Amino acid sequence: MTPILEVQDVTKAFGGVIANDGITLKVPQGPIIGLIGPNGSGKTTLFNSIVGYHPIDRGSIWFEGREISRLRVPQIARLGLLRTFQQTRIYGKMRCLENMQISVPHVHEGLRTMLSPYPPEVTERAEGLLEFVGLYPKRHLRGGELSFGQQKLLELAMALMNQPKLLLLDEPTAGINPVLINSLMERLKRINADLGVTLFVIEHNMRVIMNLAQHIYCLAHGQLLAEGPPEEIQTDQQVIDAYLGAR
Amino acid sequence: MTDATRNLLLYALIGLIGLLAPYLAPAFRVQMALLWMMILFALTWDLGGGQMGYNSFGNIVFFGIGCYVAAVVQRDLFFAVGGQPQATGDLATVSPLFNYFNGFAVGLALAVIIALAVAAALGSGILGLRGHYFAICTLGVGVAAGEIASGWDYIGAGSGMVAPIFPGGPGQNAIFFYYFFFALAAICFFTLKWLYGTRFGLAINAIRDDEDKAEAMGIHTTRYKTVAWCVAAFFLALAGGAFGHLNNFIDREVAFPGITFGVWMVLMAILGGQGTLWGPVIGATIFHATQELFWTYFIGWQRVALGLLIVVIVVFFPLGIMGWLRSRWPERFGETVDLEARTAPISLRETR
Repeated sequence: MTPILEVQDVTKAFGGVIANDGITLKVPQGPIIGLIGPNGSGKTTLFNSIVGYHPIDRGSIWFEGREISRLRVPQIARLGLLRTFQQTRIYGKMRCLENMQISVPHVHEGLRTMLSPYPPEVTERAEGLLEFVGLYPKRHLRGGELSFGQQKLLELAMALMNQPKLLLLDEPTAGINPVLINSLMERLKRINADLGVTLFVIEHNMRVIMNLAQHIYCLAHGQLLAEGPPEEIQTDQQVIDAYLGAR
Repeated sequence: MTDATRNLLLYALIGLIGLLAPYLAPAFRVQMALLWMMILFALTWDLGGGQMGYNSFGNIVFFGIGCYVAAVVQRDLFFAVGGQPQATGDLATVSPLFNYFNGFAVGLALAVIIALAVAAALGSGILGLRGHYFAICTLGVGVAAGEIASGWDYIGAGSGMVAPIFPGGPGQNAIFFYYFFFALAAICFFTLKWLYGTRFGLAINAIRDDEDKAEAMGIHTTRYKTVAWCVAAFFLALAGGAFGHLNNFIDREVAFPGITFGVWMVLMAILGGQGTLWGPVIGATIFHATQELFWTYFIGWQRVALGLLIVVIVVFFPLGIMGWLRSRWPERFGETVDLEARTAPISLRETR
């Protein structure tokens, strides 16, 4: 079976800084895949390259057997490949429920759809997903009024509203109340298992990622350092050195 | 009283005042016609500037296109026999009623078509710019349109052109154009009210709040922006066509008044409160009324008084009148002040 996402030999440089250097990796259909690496190792750059945020210098990116290296951000999003942002981006002046409603898939969007109100089923689904991330009591508040962690949850719910096939999560547990992390992990697993969304997750919290992912890629200095199941990565000397700064 | 009945009463009251006004104050018909036009200006500007976050200084282009197209159609469609009624000639023939309105209708239709075409063509290009770049570019488009108009012989170039005289006695046109602008402003208001309740409304709000996020979520941002721009162009072209006829004389200063109408539409929307439906209406009314008062009582200093007013507004009501009211009485505007919801802890309890 072809993997849902294939990154082949992708290189991206900003001036003299080579953020991604010949990275090749595969995300098969189904599981939760992790992406780790020290700060500045090029994780977010790789995500940006995949979703078309900036052109890549070399290599190619394939989604469901189709090359997407040259497509633009909204086109890639409409194919069902979505990302959340490390800094969290929501629509601050809109209510939480509106944030959700506007996040429906935008695949077939003619003038008629653009100019029609939201059907009740959309609102229902939006409320259901807000309940799923625990934000239902706050559905009428404006997005900007939520705390950072709550905005993170809202962003996750918005992504689910879009019904993606593959979801790239950039540090989903950063800034979340530690008490909630276990339940959030459980939610992420359910998103993967019940909703059938393949997850590709950047995470700094080792406990979370080791528990979550079936397979982990590790970047360092823009290059792919190691890959393997969590147990192997945990004991990989190169990975430990990269994190602790050994030479 | 429920919100719905209260709204209905409010609309009925405004509608009644609007209908009776030209008979209650016959001397101010033209001023009141222009008031409705100002409301339309502020509403259409706010569609882009307030709801979508795209501050345009070039919306006046569509108004000018409306002015010129409607006048040219009148000239060429029904007055070809009578000659060219330009400012230089004296052939501004009085037309029979039927011809006048026929020409007016065809002119408005063509004005709308051309304005929409220009909006779509310009929009697909410059709506890709953001923030200040967009604002500057639209400013340039406005200036360029004026330059083209003043150099193009076909539309009278620098000496301008004359729209046909309204059939009937002097002052007869005021009543017709009053109701025209009243109806147009009302249609514009309700069209926007409806639009803001659809997917379109949320999409342009999303573009305002975070366009990168909107793109990352797959929203057809360019398509939505172009539609918004076209809606504004539609109403502005109609307003322009009528204004040219009301004014009878058109040149670049009348059709592309960037530093008056073009700036006022921005001011009125900001004064009333950007990104709200009623804000532009309130802002335009207050602005137009004070402006007329300043002209009457502070002649010679009217621009200074207007400038002071703007300073006061910006300093004391940075969110506009509606924004100020909303922060003063949030519960009146459906803002959730429910402390319980605000402070509710997030729980991810088992839902199965």
